[in-house]
Amino acid sequence: MSAVKSSSGAEDIIVIENLNKWYGNFHVLRDINLRVKKGERIVICGPSGSGKSTTIRCINRLEEFQEGSLVVDGVEMINDVKNIETIRKDVGMVFQHFNLFPHLTILENLTLGPIWVQKKPKAEAEATAMQYLERVKIPDQADKYPGQLSGGQQQRVAIARSLCMNPNIMLFDEPTSALDPEMIKEVLDVMVELAQEGMTMLCVTHEMGFAKKVADRVIFMDAGQIVEENEPNEFFNNPQNERTKLFLSQILNH
Amino acid sequence: MLKQKTLEQTKAAARRNKGGRSAAFYNNPEIRALGYQLLLVLGLGYFFYSVISNVLANMEATGIKTGFGFLTASAGYDVLMSLIPFEATDTYGRIFIVGFLNTILVSVIGIFFATVLGFIFGVAHFSHNWLIRKVAVLYVEIFRNIPLLLQVFFWYFAVLATLPSARQSLSLGEAIFLNVRGLYVPKMVGSDLFWVAEVALAVAIAGIFVLRRWAKRRQALTGQIFPVFYTSIAMVIGLPVAALLLTGLPFTVEYPELRGFNYFGGITIIPELMALAIALSVYTGSFIAEAVRAGVQSIPQGQTEAARSLGLSEKRIMSLIIVPQAMRVIVPLLNSEYQSLVKNSTLAAAIGYPDLFNVFVGTALNQTGQAIETIFMTIVVYFIVNMVISFLMNRLNNAVALVSR
Ligand SMILES: Nc1ncnc2c1ncn2[C@@H]1O[C@H](COP(=O)(O)OP(=O)(O)O)[C@@H](O)[C@H]1O
Ligand SMILES: [Mg+2]
Repeated sequence: MSAVKSSSGAEDIIVIENLNKWYGNFHVLRDINLRVKKGERIVICGPSGSGKSTTIRCINRLEEFQEGSLVVDGVEMINDVKNIETIRKDVGMVFQHFNLFPHLTILENLTLGPIWVQKKPKAEAEATAMQYLERVKIPDQADKYPGQLSGGQQQRVAIARSLCMNPNIMLFDEPTSALDPEMIKEVLDVMVELAQEGMTMLCVTHEMGFAKKVADRVIFMDAGQIVEENEPNEFFNNPQNERTKLFLSQILNH
Repeated sequence: MLKQKTLEQTKAAARRNKGGRSAAFYNNPEIRALGYQLLLVLGLGYFFYSVISNVLANMEATGIKTGFGFLTASAGYDVLMSLIPFEATDTYGRIFIVGFLNTILVSVIGIFFATVLGFIFGVAHFSHNWLIRKVAVLYVEIFRNIPLLLQVFFWYFAVLATLPSARQSLSLGEAIFLNVRGLYVPKMVGSDLFWVAEVALAVAIAGIFVLRRWAKRRQALTGQIFPVFYTSIAMVIGLPVAALLLTGLPFTVEYPELRGFNYFGGITIIPELMALAIALSVYTGSFIAEAVRAGVQSIPQGQTEAARSLGLSEKRIMSLIIVPQAMRVIVPLLNSEYQSLVKNSTLAAAIGYPDLFNVFVGTALNQTGQAIETIFMTIVVYFIVNMVISFLMNRLNNAVALVSR
């Protein structure tokens, strides 16, 4: 295990300490330690099944963990509905398969959270939603249904949907893995823009170009552990761990 | 068959037209198809005409009456249960109405309880509790796999017929009695000012719609969420109760009383109705439970996860995400289950519940011998009832349907 970079505690927006998780007897996360500073962009990579998704899903309690502690934006993750909902309001998440609500229009997808969670008036929620649709460059699709949009458009809507909740942290779980190659760029462009605006981001992705461009740190996971972490240049040019080297050679050569 | 042929011929015609050669009219595929269909209709028409005229001729020859005159004739037999006043001297026409109302009664009761059971056991399938999950599976597997007629007999002969006699009735608070003759419950008899409470109930029900619109408007304007569901329940119960209290409780309660060997007064639910209603509810409920399960299972886990990541509560995820999507799958299945239930209610004949089929195609046909008229009238009723169900469920379906996928 590499040493966690020390940073002054006050700035850390996510603090994960000695986190362990089991699925039955299967030890899926082993002693995860991770501190994320406000505004930091982190890319997580690693072989399939290494626990990347499980790790970031713990941060907004889509998964429970059995040992260790997790503090998100000053709120400790405990088994309490109010606590969990507070954290979820603060953390946006974008999924591999978009997970838009097919029975709602694009605009309704975007205003659902603001109206029912933040209790905003409809007109205000719609105005905000339209702003974010402009930002992801599809304001003309507002009245369509998700099924009428391309994959790339759907993923941009999903990003806008999260942003409408005004989160401090954004989690991305392989946001471009389900997309056709020609649509990957339009989604990555939106993510790069978001990173440049100073959003705290944790991205599980194998888009190494994106990692080099925006990441402050790249984390490599294998078999439920954080095996190596470094700033992108060092990580890609001078990997230390054998498993990292093997993984990088595989994804760069294919 | 016809359709396929038309298609092939259309293609053939297209090929021919490309060749630029005009064909004789009898080679035109569309005219041909029309010709075949015309022949089919004529053939069928002739078939039914000859059957019916043959039957009528035979009947006349053997001296059997035809026509609908019998409807105004006195039936001369009593029915076990009637929602409208009925005596043995009343007409076959009135028997028809009595049977129709009894069919509607058992169907409405059956549809209501089948839906309740179906949704409870369908949702129970997803419980975190092992025992509840197993009970749900057991319910579906048992009642879906036993013939309905057997289940009707089970409730009638094995359960209700083994209840104690009137004198040893099972009772609940000395107000509700259950014995081999049926279920006896108290009846509320309103006096002079009782209508005020009835009006209050109507106002409360109308008020729900007004409240919903008002709450929706207010939320759109201010963002505040109003507890519509709980307020509606409070209104429907509260307003009539308040009206009763204010008007000085203008009603009396008529309790069933044991006189001789039986209970009198109150409302009597005969075992035939109970057995049929229970069997239909439990049987159809097991199919509805499967429909509900399929509906909920059709929603990917990702929907819940996306909703959770927005910070929505589990209750809101249920009402805003899961139910609207699950209903798209459930409603069309409900439609066919409700229609089956109405058709299956004709099993009434097996235990003597006086439904339409039993009193009309059973007894009336037997006594008058007018098979064609009685069967025809009964067919029309079931047909219309199921059309009405279809119509209502299609409207519900349109309301929940996904605009585009
Ligand atoms: N619900 C579950 N039950 C049991 N095992 C699971 C479950 N979800 C994930 N796993 C296992 O946990 C491991 C880590 O999964 P995941 O975090 O999705 O990996 P990654 O995202 O790195 O591909 C995998 O071996 C996977 O099979
Ligand atoms: Mg994953």
